[in-house]
Amino acid sequence: MAMSILWGLLILCSVVFSLWNGTGPALSTAVAQGAQSGLTLAISIGGSLCLWSGVGRLMKAVGATNALSRLLRPLLGRIFPESHRDASLAGALSGNICANLLGLGNAATPMGIAAAKRLIDPARPNVAGDSLCRLIVLNTASIQLIPANVAAVRASLGCQRPFDILYAVWATSFTSAGAGLLMAWILGKVWKDA
Amino acid sequence: MLDYLVPMLLLLLCAVALRKQENAYELLLEGGKEGLKLLFSLIPTLVMLLTAVSMLRASGAMTTLGGLAEPVFSFLGIPPETAMLVLIRPISGSAALAVGADLMAAYGPDSRIGRTAAIMLGSTETTFYTISIYFGAAGVRKTRYTIPAALTADLVGFCMASLTARLFFAG
Repeated sequence: MAMSILWGLLILCSVVFSLWNGTGPALSTAVAQGAQSGLTLAISIGGSLCLWSGVGRLMKAVGATNALSRLLRPLLGRIFPESHRDASLAGALSGNICANLLGLGNAATPMGIAAAKRLIDPARPNVAGDSLCRLIVLNTASIQLIPANVAAVRASLGCQRPFDILYAVWATSFTSAGAGLLMAWILGKVWKDA
Repeated sequence: MLDYLVPMLLLLLCAVALRKQENAYELLLEGGKEGLKLLFSLIPTLVMLLTAVSMLRASGAMTTLGGLAEPVFSFLGIPPETAMLVLIRPISGSAALAVGADLMAAYGPDSRIGRTAAIMLGSTETTFYTISIYFGAAGVRKTRYTIPAALTADLVGFCMASLTARLFFAG
């Protein structure tokens, strides 16, 4: 339903602004061309989607997630102190974060939800505790190491080095995830509610 | 160094898989088939959304929005042309991909705006969607400060994307 409203709003804005600006001919051309470029975009990321889904399967099979999660354990223990006492929570947490890092979205969500359920305080089951807030903030800040789809879009548009944004993406991802966690930590100190 | 990163990752994965006696090629093909299924379901979404985004650009609404966003965005160092992307990114992932691809096509993938759009897409997530999935599945009603903290992360991400697009690339 939300997408219907969003799509409707986009079309409504287009028509209203087009009437206001007198851009009718361009608007009707855009309907035909936009549909075509939608298909072009899908095809241009199709190869990369196929390749990286295959690579994702390979990463899962060789245990890349486990290897990475061993590296991250100490850091996760600091962000989520509960994970020291609860081994299966620690497993779900590191699985979720590592799958996110490796771009395995399908694997990340179920593990993240499993971790979220274990982070709920049984005494107050419908209130998000500090650790649960932090987990969700981490999941809303993309920490994917290889933005393959974006690189594919760039490659299809004739970019010389589609992956040259890699360092910028890492710097941005980690700063924004850090800022989110810092904000969560500050708000956790001052947020007063039952 | 950068140019070898992704190829080396592929080499490393293949070597580890062979050492572990996994059928690497078969796994690649299996995963690839799933990727194509995902692509197939993505096609209608991208066609509908790019139609809407193209209409929005043709109508002149993007220019108006950029003009409205200009004072705040310039203060934050974000190119005002990316205003639509910044607005839609936390709401819908495929709509953001459509807007981002439209920006990269309009200004060029190696332009400052095109690069900023790419970095934004690569380093932020569909915040509201993720929050609703997690809290829905966990049955949590009181989300406390999750939304303000997550939106802070997004805002810092948009500013950093604009900054790194300027700092890491000359010209």
